[in-house]
Amino acid sequence: MSAEVPEPDEVTGPWWEATRRRILLVQSCGACGHTQHPPRALCTGCGSDRHLDWVEASGAAVVDACTVVERAMPGFAPPYVVARVRLAEGVLLLSNVVADDPYLLDTGDRLRLDWRPLPDGRALPVFVPSER
Amino acid sequence: MSTGVAIVGAAESDLGVTGRSILGLQAQAVSRAVEDAGLTLADVDGLATTGVSRFSTTQVADYLGLRPSWTDSTFAGGSAFEMYVARAAQAIEAGQCSTVVISYASNQRSARSRSLAGVVETHTPEAQFETPYGPLYPISYYAMAAQQYLHRYGGSREALAEVAVAAREWALLNPAAFRHGAGPLTAADVLAAPMVSTPLTTADCCLVTDGGGAVVLTSLDRARDLPKPPVRVLGYGECTTNTSMTAVDDLTVTGAVESGRAAFARAGLVPADVDVAEVYDSFTVTVVLTLEALGFCGRGEALDWIAGGRIRPGGDFPLDTSGGGLSYCHPGQYGVLLLVEAVRQLRGECGARQVPGAEVALAHGTGGILSTHATVLLGVDR
Ligand SMILES: [Zn+2]
Repeated sequence: MSAEVPEPDEVTGPWWEATRRRILLVQSCGACGHTQHPPRALCTGCGSDRHLDWVEASGAAVVDACTVVERAMPGFAPPYVVARVRLAEGVLLLSNVVADDPYLLDTGDRLRLDWRPLPDGRALPVFVPSER
Repeated sequence: MSTGVAIVGAAESDLGVTGRSILGLQAQAVSRAVEDAGLTLADVDGLATTGVSRFSTTQVADYLGLRPSWTDSTFAGGSAFEMYVARAAQAIEAGQCSTVVISYASNQRSARSRSLAGVVETHTPEAQFETPYGPLYPISYYAMAAQQYLHRYGGSREALAEVAVAAREWALLNPAAFRHGAGPLTAADVLAAPMVSTPLTTADCCLVTDGGGAVVLTSLDRARDLPKPPVRVLGYGECTTNTSMTAVDDLTVTGAVESGRAAFARAGLVPADVDVAEVYDSFTVTVVLTLEALGFCGRGEALDWIAGGRIRPGGDFPLDTSGGGLSYCHPGQYGVLLLVEAVRQLRGECGARQVPGAEVALAHGTGGILSTHATVLLGVDR
């Protein structure tokens, strides 16, 4: 269940390559310590285009905001959860949360990382509720 | 403070389900607005529009037979038109042009051109990092903002529905409104409507209609010689914040904070000076977030503040008096029609829905996914 995912570009390539090994990367700036997502060619914290590196995310996250989509879009089977997920590293990702009851999910709920394989060997990071 | 520029003409094109083309509706809106101003097309030397084609303003200028000395096609979704007012005022004051038409039209309902997924451009970061998760665009973003707002402040969907209920009350007073004949709407109706992206139902979402509008601006000096009373541009401000659904750290605080602060400062006014407010209501939650950001009430207070009929006809804060995007007309980029209604209110032309003695109006546009925010303050010429 997902739309076609475009080919990476020169900036996002390493992020997508890591997904083949089921590793979630976050861009981090060696000059100012800022972390950011999605990957960019410069740091939005300090403007540097020479100090960006990758750190591996722990996979721990919480729900920042969420919605259950009930209208059918091509390629998707509602109902499903679209959420802003805040990683332990501080950045927000848009993702899906795969939950037994999507309607019970709420802001602050703890999540762990999971993966949805793509046909070309890459994978989409998705999330599931942590066991309480 | 204030500016030396006024709006002198305002008009709608045909609205609703028109069966007309985009350029046909544009031509209607422009010619009606220019006529309303007591001018002719030959007087127009500045043009701002969007949503027509890749060369939007060039296209409309060609269609109208104009060779403008100033144009603007800034694409900023529904807020573009409030931004055009600022740029037009600056261009007129700088002498680059003397008479500007700001216009827009869409036939999206007749043409069935609206998609739940929005328009995805595959070279953008959103196409790689957001679209694969299936958010409805723009609805799911506003839905997440509503979810987080209700979670944080403990509000209810019923309280949020008041925005749509009040909009319908206004639409019942506006013969041009798409829902004019639809009868009243209750909060229970809003909650019972088909769910789209929780917590927003179809009744929390703006209409999908054809429609368009245009306004004409010129110098205040020239405006005073024209047939209708000038509507002064008192202030303006804008703020652009995001295309990504994850760029803004706090979903409940929008760029209307900055756009409103700038507009009020330029006008030398405060929120309490506003007699009538035309606030972009793409979704019920858009209004709640915008009212707080503009300073009409404190953070987390908007649902209590709008309860009890304050924003309905006869209330002490007349809001979206045309019936808004929720019940009047929403042709994709609705911001030009906020200006048209604000002008008509200040001229006293609104019949059954007229706000008595309105002297200061606010028009606030919001585009994209709470992406672009532009505030315009308008006032009668005293
Ligand atoms: Zn940095």
